[in-house]
Amino acid sequence: MWYYEKKLQYPVRVGSCNPQLAKYLIEQYGGADGELSAALRYLNQRYTIPDKVVGLLTDIGTEEFAHLEMIATMVYKLTKDATPEQMKAAGLGAHYANHEHALYYENAAGSAWTATYIAAKGDPIADLYEDIAAEEKARATYQWIINLSDDPDLNDGLKYLREREIIHSQRFREAVEILKEERDRQIFF
Amino acid sequence: MFTQVKYYQPYNSPNDPCPPVRVKSYQTPPQLYIGFQPPNLQQFSPKQALYCGTLWPAFYSPYPDPDGRNDDK
Ligand SMILES: [Fe+2]
Repeated sequence: MWYYEKKLQYPVRVGSCNPQLAKYLIEQYGGADGELSAALRYLNQRYTIPDKVVGLLTDIGTEEFAHLEMIATMVYKLTKDATPEQMKAAGLGAHYANHEHALYYENAAGSAWTATYIAAKGDPIADLYEDIAAEEKARATYQWIINLSDDPDLNDGLKYLREREIIHSQRFREAVEILKEERDRQIFF
Repeated sequence: MFTQVKYYQPYNSPNDPCPPVRVKSYQTPPQLYIGFQPPNLQQFSPKQALYCGTLWPAFYSPYPDPDGRNDDK
């Protein structure tokens, strides 16, 4: 089970009224390499991976939900007071027609989130390599969004999230090393 | 010498509905360990290489593990 702490993992500040940034940020909310995909991918893989790395998947999967919450806060701040005209000008007219100011799990191009974004192969090495690739793709996505954004306050939060992807990738690489070790061999032979 | 199969004991609850598989295995094939392929590796005969799918024994990964065991056997 989970306990909820009613605060963000890292403070989110948005400096300027720029609803168009929300359209780009939604990629990390409901996109293939976004935080929802990450959280669900890792938490789901826990059941069929050796016990030694289950805790890591739980920890990182949980942190991804904290990141999802930060992205949601950014998107909400950028769109909550936007007029229909501003939403239209930001490329969010179609989103407004369906969802008004509600958030939705979709990517920057408006495609709804799908479970086909995540993999669960059941082979521990294949799954961890998938996770490493996912972290690098999430890191790259943050880079491209930072490049599109000229809001230093928002970028501060995005740079924090980009750094967390680097640490997650490092931990998954360490998990591969653990699974490659010959530990416990004599117990079974 | 590394092994291409590792074994672990997953947790089993006394209240599990099905008979437990006490030992599970997973594959750790050779490319995980070699990095850049070193020069002058030992080679199979051409005929054996065609059969195995690789010229080099160092990269050969038989499956299922011929002298290993399956889960819970
Ligand atoms: Fe991550």
